[in-house]
Amino acid sequence: MTGPLSAARPAGLRKRWLVAGLFAVLVALVVGVSLGPVSLPPGSVAAELLNLFPGVHLDSGLTEREIAIVTELRLPRVVLGLLVGGLLALAGGCYQGVFRNPLADPYLLGVAAGAGLAVTAAIALGGAGRQGTLSGLPMTIPLAAFAGSLLAVTMTYVLGAAGGRRGSPAMLILAGVAVSAFLSAGQTYLLQRHADSIQPVYSWLLGRLATAGWHDVLLVLPYAVLTTVVVLLHRRELDVLAVGDDEARSLGLHPQRTRYLLIAAASLGTAAAVSATGLIGFVGIIVPHTVRLLAGSSYRVILPMSLLFGGAFLALTDVVARTVAAPSELPIGVVTALLGGPFFVLVLRTARRVLT
Amino acid sequence: MRGLHVALGGTPILTGVDLTVAVGEWVTVIGPNGAGKSTLLRAVGGLLPAPKAITLFGTPSAALRRRDRARVVATVAQSPVVPPGMSVLDYVLLGRTPYIPALGRESTADVDAVHEVLGRLDLSGFHRRELATLSGGERQRVFLARALAQGATLLLLDEPTSALDIGHQQDVLELVDQLRREHGLTVLATMHDLSLAGEYADRMVMLAGGQVVAAGTPPEVLTEELLATHYRASVRVVPGAHGPLVVPVRPTRP
Repeated sequence: MTGPLSAARPAGLRKRWLVAGLFAVLVALVVGVSLGPVSLPPGSVAAELLNLFPGVHLDSGLTEREIAIVTELRLPRVVLGLLVGGLLALAGGCYQGVFRNPLADPYLLGVAAGAGLAVTAAIALGGAGRQGTLSGLPMTIPLAAFAGSLLAVTMTYVLGAAGGRRGSPAMLILAGVAVSAFLSAGQTYLLQRHADSIQPVYSWLLGRLATAGWHDVLLVLPYAVLTTVVVLLHRRELDVLAVGDDEARSLGLHPQRTRYLLIAAASLGTAAAVSATGLIGFVGIIVPHTVRLLAGSSYRVILPMSLLFGGAFLALTDVVARTVAAPSELPIGVVTALLGGPFFVLVLRTARRVLT
Repeated sequence: MRGLHVALGGTPILTGVDLTVAVGEWVTVIGPNGAGKSTLLRAVGGLLPAPKAITLFGTPSAALRRRDRARVVATVAQSPVVPPGMSVLDYVLLGRTPYIPALGRESTADVDAVHEVLGRLDLSGFHRRELATLSGGERQRVFLARALAQGATLLLLDEPTSALDIGHQQDVLELVDQLRREHGLTVLATMHDLSLAGEYADRMVMLAGGQVVAAGTPPEVLTEELLATHYRASVRVVPGAHGPLVVPVRPTRP
C-alpha cells in the first residue's frame, strides 16, 4: 500500500475519505448532543438538528425543555468542540508541513503556552473573569492569545535556528520545549502575584467546554474560518515545501513568504482555540499523524481530514469527559491524552503492519 | 536566445566568473572541493541574491519573476530531499508547479505532461511507487523527470552521478545526452568524475578558488598540468575515443 493512490491521479482528497470525515463529524454531532445527564434518543436529536435548517419542520417528539437542552446547552458545546478540535488538528498538521517536522504541534512549539500566558495576563491584569466564570470573555482575548502565540512561535523558530543546522528537527523541538517552560514559568509567576485569578485561570487551563455557549462559538468562528481558508488554500504549497526550500524556490515558489503566512494562520487558529477552551493537548499531533498513516502523506489529504477528524475526535472526547464520572466532569485535556495516547499507539502498530 | 552570461563579482565564493553557455550546448564545470561549483549553479538557478550579472536567454535573470524563471531553468540538486510517503507521480507533478496558478491545483494537461515525461524516461510502471523505495538509479531518473516536467530548456545538474555506481552513472549521462539532442536542451553540470565529465561535455570549465582557471574543450582542460596545479592530483591523462581519460596514479615518494 502506498497511500491514497488508487489510480494515476495526483494526490488529493479521495471521495471515500471525505465521506468518512463528514460522517465522523455527523456522528459526533448527534452523539454529543444526545448523551449527557439527560439522555435523549439520537433519532429525535437528529430530527431536532434538521429543524434548525430553515424550511425544515420535523416532529422530534421532544419537550420544550428538551429542545432547549439541545439548542442552548449541548449544541453550542458540541459545535465548539468540533471547531476547536478541528483547528488544533489543522494547526498541528500545518506546523508539521511548514517546519518539515513530524513532531511539530501547537504544544511542542510553545504556541499554546504563549497563548496561555497571554490569556492569563489578560485575566489576571485585565480583570476579565473575576466573577469566577469566563463565559463572557471579551473579543479581545483571542487577539491577546494570538499575540502571545506569535511571540512564542517566533521565539521557538529563532532559538531553533540559532542552534545552527537550520531545520534540524531535534533543535526546533528542543527550542519549543524551552520556550514552553519559559512562558509557563511566566504564567505561574503571574498567578502567584494575582491569587484571586487562580481559580478561573486554572479551570480554563485544564481545558473546558463545560461553560460553552453560542457566545464562545461566535468568538472562535471568525478566526476558525480565516485560519481554515488560508491553510487549506495552501495545501499544495505545503507538498512542494516538503522537497526543501531550495527546490521549492527553483520551482517558482516563495517558501519563506508561504511559511510566514502559514505560521501566522496556524497560530491564529491555535490562539482562538486556546482562548476559548484552554489548553487541550495532543489533538494537534495525533490527529494529523493518524490521518497520515491511514489516508496518505500528502498535505492535500492531511489538512482537510485533520480538520474533520480533529473536530469529531474532540467532540466525542468531550462526551466521554462529561459522562464517565457524571455528574462531575473530567477536564477534557486529561481525556484527550488518556484516550489519544493508546489510540495512537494502536494506529501506529496497525499501520506499520499494513505497510510492511 | 543568446545564451548565458555569468559574472559574479563581490561574492566571496565566486570572484568575477565569466561563463557563456550556448543554446544546446553541454558545459560541465569541474574543480576541486570548495571551488564554488555548486554556488555557480545555485546562482544560475536563481537561488542566490546575485543574479544581476546573469542573463538567461537574453533576459536578465533578475528581471524574471520566480515562476517564469522556473519555466526556463530546472535544477537537479546534488541530493534532493525525498519526501517520505510521496509517490513518483506526485513528485514529478511538483515539476508542474510553475504552470499551476497560485493556490490552484494540477490540470489534466499537467497530469498528461507528467505521464508523457514518465513514459519517455521508462518510468511508466513506477508512477504509483513510493519515491523513497526506489533504488539510486531509479531515483535519479525520477529527479530528472521532475526537472523535465518543468518544461525548462536549461538543465542544471549538480553532481548528477555522485550517488550512483559506474553503470548507472553512464546510464544517466547517456539519458541526459539523448534528451538534450532530442529536445534541444542546454545542460550545465558539475561533476567530480573527470573522465566521465570529459566524455559527455562539449566544453569544460575548471573553477578553483572561485575563479575560472581553465575553459575549453575537454582535451584543453583535462591536462596533467592543470589537474596537478589545481587539484594537487597525480594523474595520467590518456586519450580516449570520446574524450581524455583521467587515471589517478599513486605519487612516487622521493
